[in-house]
Amino acid sequence: MKARFARFTALALLLCLTAITVTSALAQDTAPPAPVQEVIAEDNPNDRGHAVLVRWHPSPDDGTTGRVTEYRIYRARCLPGVQPEVAEFERVSICSPALGVGAELDFVDVSDEIENGIPYLYKIETHGSAGVSSTIIDEPVIATAQWFDKSRLTMLIAILIASSVIIYWIQKAQGNTNIYLRPVAGLKAFDEAVGRATEMGQPVLFVPGIMDMDQIETLAGVSILGYVANMTSRYETKLEVPVSRSLVMAHAREVVKESYLSSGRPDLYHDDMIHYLTDDQFAYAAAVDGIMLRDKPAACFYQGKFYAESLILAETGNSIGAIQIAGTASPAQLPFFITACDYTLIGEEFFAASAYLSNDMRHIGSIRGQDSIKMLFMIALAIGTIYVSLACLGVPLPNWLDMSLILDVSGS
Amino acid sequence: MLLKRWIPLFILIFVGVMTLISWFVPHDPIGGLGDNFSQFFDIIASFAIILGAANLIKLQGSKIFRRKRNWQYSIVTIVGFIITAVVGINWHITMGVLPEGFNYIAGPHVNQATSPFYWIWWYIFTPLSATMYALLAFYVASASYRAFRARNLEATILLLAGIVVMLGRVPLGQMLTNWMPDAIGFLRIERVADWIYTYPNAAGQRAIMIGIALGVVSTSLRLILGIEKSFLGEE
Repeated sequence: MKARFARFTALALLLCLTAITVTSALAQDTAPPAPVQEVIAEDNPNDRGHAVLVRWHPSPDDGTTGRVTEYRIYRARCLPGVQPEVAEFERVSICSPALGVGAELDFVDVSDEIENGIPYLYKIETHGSAGVSSTIIDEPVIATAQWFDKSRLTMLIAILIASSVIIYWIQKAQGNTNIYLRPVAGLKAFDEAVGRATEMGQPVLFVPGIMDMDQIETLAGVSILGYVANMTSRYETKLEVPVSRSLVMAHAREVVKESYLSSGRPDLYHDDMIHYLTDDQFAYAAAVDGIMLRDKPAACFYQGKFYAESLILAETGNSIGAIQIAGTASPAQLPFFITACDYTLIGEEFFAASAYLSNDMRHIGSIRGQDSIKMLFMIALAIGTIYVSLACLGVPLPNWLDMSLILDVSGS
Repeated sequence: MLLKRWIPLFILIFVGVMTLISWFVPHDPIGGLGDNFSQFFDIIASFAIILGAANLIKLQGSKIFRRKRNWQYSIVTIVGFIITAVVGINWHITMGVLPEGFNYIAGPHVNQATSPFYWIWWYIFTPLSATMYALLAFYVASASYRAFRARNLEATILLLAGIVVMLGRVPLGQMLTNWMPDAIGFLRIERVADWIYTYPNAAGQRAIMIGIALGVVSTSLRLILGIEKSFLGEE
């Protein structure tokens, strides 16, 4: 009898529990999701204004259950005497739910409709399958423009240090003829390449990359072209410069013409030496390959910004037996040039080329300054490596060595 | 002298300094200057295309008239250029439909799948570009053959690193060292490949990147200070 009573009581309890669970679940499904929490709207930092940063913690119902489908963000101009509840809100964005991932969500409202110095109100609606709940930020927010981007402070300091060191060395180099620079094999080979073309009676081909004059690599490439043109004019060797941009053509013509003039051979210059082919990358590569195979230049220079066409050009040059000197600052193309060319100016060597070739002491001073900064980098890298190694080994370090302070300053 | 030297130099220094300042000052009107200068450049470059086109026609035309070597190719170039330019600029017709006249509103038809320009783009230009790009596969093979010959110590290290990285990226290579117990699991080929990628490779790449960054700073400074004038044709 007792056992029967106990079984009956257990069954009744189970039924009650089930009923409570089902009722609460049904009630939860029919109720709108809980609103978002800790909503903050503030001026978006380090910009020209016209932007507001809205941050919020997701609704407690925002999880893997899918009760929250989206968040809608609204903006209204804050008018004096008008309560936030009756303000005319306008939807500015829809954000996906966090789905249990991430403790905070944010949205930057960037629009020219946001006027600097005018207060705005924001509202976030939490949408779910069972309804909507909304949160209005009572505190109006004002967008303002900043005069300095603090997140770039570290970069400004780095640029100032680098510039100061370089300018110092430029000043120091003036009148000083005793500055040693490491010889660069690729630059020494310029004379050899043009000389070889002269001896063979074959032309020199110069490719200044495939980008326009707004790229510093193109500018550096055209500077090098000036020196090559000077050599070809002195050796009376034919120079051919196919280009892929009209502005590069116009600019390269000026540079080459000046070089021919300065070497006293303007009679050898004609505009068609520098000619336009096409803006398209692979059409340009095909055209230059055609020139190589038909004209068989004895020396090929690739100096500028290159992409995938680098290997197509360099391998074709290799197949015709030309002496090839490449120079680029595109790290992805360097392995191709190193493999297929006789000499390659790697990164900094490419930028230093015009300074090396000019023999101007101010230019050489800037290279020396560059090397000094590199030394600073090496010291910083060594200190960083030692610090990280010690930290990994659990060696206690003094507070002033706390790297997180540096990271905080940089905004990283 | 003024037009050829001082005005270009002034423009360069002014644009260089203002672009640098605009990177750090977001406030109007300075903040948007960098983007504005870029747009000015794009507009100038767009107009300059006329120079390039004229040069192309002139050069190829002279090859045809003077019957220079391989002059037949120049005919293909000029005909291709003219047809593409005409259908791209204002010939708004539908393929398979007789033209009813010219539509002088240039632009939208360029993206219409039935327009001749679109046809030239998809059925002539794109396959030709893809063919050139595909040649890379063969060039990579021939270049790799030369690079990976064990001529000296450095080339041998490169060869070994290359083999390890390649094997570490394919299931067959991973199967070779799967038998290794966890105690010496760091010697599994995929882990060695990852190590090569993460440490020696990243270190080398960053060294080059730091050098490039310093080169850019130094060159920019020489240009902005007016020291580097070789771009004006001066030594």
